[in-house]
Amino acid sequence: MPDTPHSAAPRRAPLWAVRGEMSRKTHVIFAVLGFCAVLVVWFGLAESGWFSKVFLPAPQDVAQRFYTWLAEDDLLKDVSISIYRVMGGFMLAVIVALPLGLMIGTFRPIQAFFEPVIEFARYLPAVAFVPLVMLWVGIDEGSKIAIIWIGTFFQMVLMISEDVRRVPKAQIEAAQTMGATREEVITKVILKSAMPSIMDSLRITMGWAWTYLVVAELVAANSGLGYAILKAQRFLQTDKIFVGILLIGLIGLVMDQLFRWVHRRRFPWLHA
Amino acid sequence: MLKLEIRQGSKIFHAGKITLHALQDINLSIHENEFVTLVGASGCGKSTLLRIIGGLENFTAGDVSVNAAPVTGPGLDRAMVFQDYSVYPWLTVAENIRFCRELKAHQQDNSLRATYHAIGRAHALLELMGLDNVKNAYPNQLSGGMRQRVAIARALMPAPEILLMDEPFGALDAQTREVMHGLILHLFTQERSTIVFVTHDVEEAIYLANRVVVMAPQPGRIDSIYNVPLPPAGQRHLDMKLAPEFLSLKKEILQRIRATARVHTDAGLLDKLTKQHHHDNEEGRSL
Ligand SMILES: Nc1ncnc2c1ncn2[C@@H]1O[C@H](COP(=O)(O)OP(=O)(O)O)[C@@H](O)[C@H]1O
Ligand SMILES: [Mg+2]
Repeated sequence: MPDTPHSAAPRRAPLWAVRGEMSRKTHVIFAVLGFCAVLVVWFGLAESGWFSKVFLPAPQDVAQRFYTWLAEDDLLKDVSISIYRVMGGFMLAVIVALPLGLMIGTFRPIQAFFEPVIEFARYLPAVAFVPLVMLWVGIDEGSKIAIIWIGTFFQMVLMISEDVRRVPKAQIEAAQTMGATREEVITKVILKSAMPSIMDSLRITMGWAWTYLVVAELVAANSGLGYAILKAQRFLQTDKIFVGILLIGLIGLVMDQLFRWVHRRRFPWLHA
Repeated sequence: MLKLEIRQGSKIFHAGKITLHALQDINLSIHENEFVTLVGASGCGKSTLLRIIGGLENFTAGDVSVNAAPVTGPGLDRAMVFQDYSVYPWLTVAENIRFCRELKAHQQDNSLRATYHAIGRAHALLELMGLDNVKNAYPNQLSGGMRQRVAIARALMPAPEILLMDEPFGALDAQTREVMHGLILHLFTQERSTIVFVTHDVEEAIYLANRVVVMAPQPGRIDSIYNVPLPPAGQRHLDMKLAPEFLSLKKEILQRIRATARVHTDAGLLDKLTKQHHHDNEEGRSL
């Protein structure tokens, strides 16, 4: 039987169209459902009794542990020291990588000089630098920041220089024909044009900075979320490991959203 | 009065082991308030020639002069409009048009009068280009035709003596193009500048120009130059594209381009490939 279209009801885009459209509200509903599904599966598995609590704590145990850690074990100190280290290493990487990437992407000789070395350096495993960093910098804050710096800097430079190189030639030449000096081309065209994609590159490297934070804290720290996870393992506090992991994920997500928010504010022409 | 002169211009590109004669022995004189179009098959050096006039590249041998002074780089007497991607997406339409005012080169005269004049000119250009109601929009909110108008207005802002345009309407659809043709002719009569305009569309080349320069590839060179037997820019209209003298000139130019574009070598290649194909098939059957 051929189905007749309902002329009265407003036509909605089919939800399952290939590359279809979706409203913001539906999007949020699906995203929340995704998180709920994970929670339900986790809850079900924990309650099933197939695993001991040491292997798989239940969601409510983890919530409970979160509360006691917050109330009695100074969770905020661990969180803030970890954030401080990530921001320190990340900011130091940005301060050097931004001008260097800009120059590499703009001037051929600088590219030829730096790029091969950096390409090589980025394949040196940052994790393997931990013993060396401890030897050079010691085990205080400097070493954690140094490891995060090593883990993010080289990638960051290469990504920024690529962003700079992708600025359309026509934009640069248009400025040159209008009489722009070399400095003006760099500050008023290249930097402005590349900024949105540089911002995206920074957002992505920020994610890696968190990974290296955990590495640094697992081996060379006596505070912070990574250290807390390691210590919890020694005492078989699996629920605390869960809290640590989830918190790191959550903070990463918040940072990511913060970057996206700044992106929308700073680059309105891309979000209009 | 002579505005632009090119003498014995040659340009050689080295791409690996290949030496490419992009331009050879170019001689061309362009007068003040003349509209010259360059047409020719793709790869015949039109863009390269325009970029050399604009000062973005140099001749390997020979020279260009504007107002009898040799060109050594970009200058405020010349402005350039590119095919696409040259408008700044982070600036609004009005900010794009005022962009040159941000540059030191255009801040020599900071008197109130000069500033006032610049503001007035920016307004006039917005008006002239029909951009007044979108002046606060960002370029990526506009159609391709509108974006090119922004690019043209921005180039005109410093009142250049020579406007260089490299296939500015190449990415636009036919209808938008015709609108832009009307606009550019109107602008040409208003501004009284000199325009060198590159295109691969012969009809466009004739309709806009006082003179059409036909170029040929390998080596890139000037093949022939035609005077356009149409009334001055201000009196042209679309129906003239159907006039017999327009059509016969179009035919003549198209024939020149075809004769120089070496399509016959491609035809030969095609022929060879087809034969090869037949041959392979025969062999396949006999096996
Ligand atoms: N920077 C360059 N390096 C090497 N070859 C180039 C360069 N620019 C242009 N060419 C070559 O010069 C010839 C003319 O190019 P172009 O001026 O762009 O032709 P047109 O604009 O007429 O299509 C082409 O064969 C092109 O490949
Ligand atoms: Mg070209």
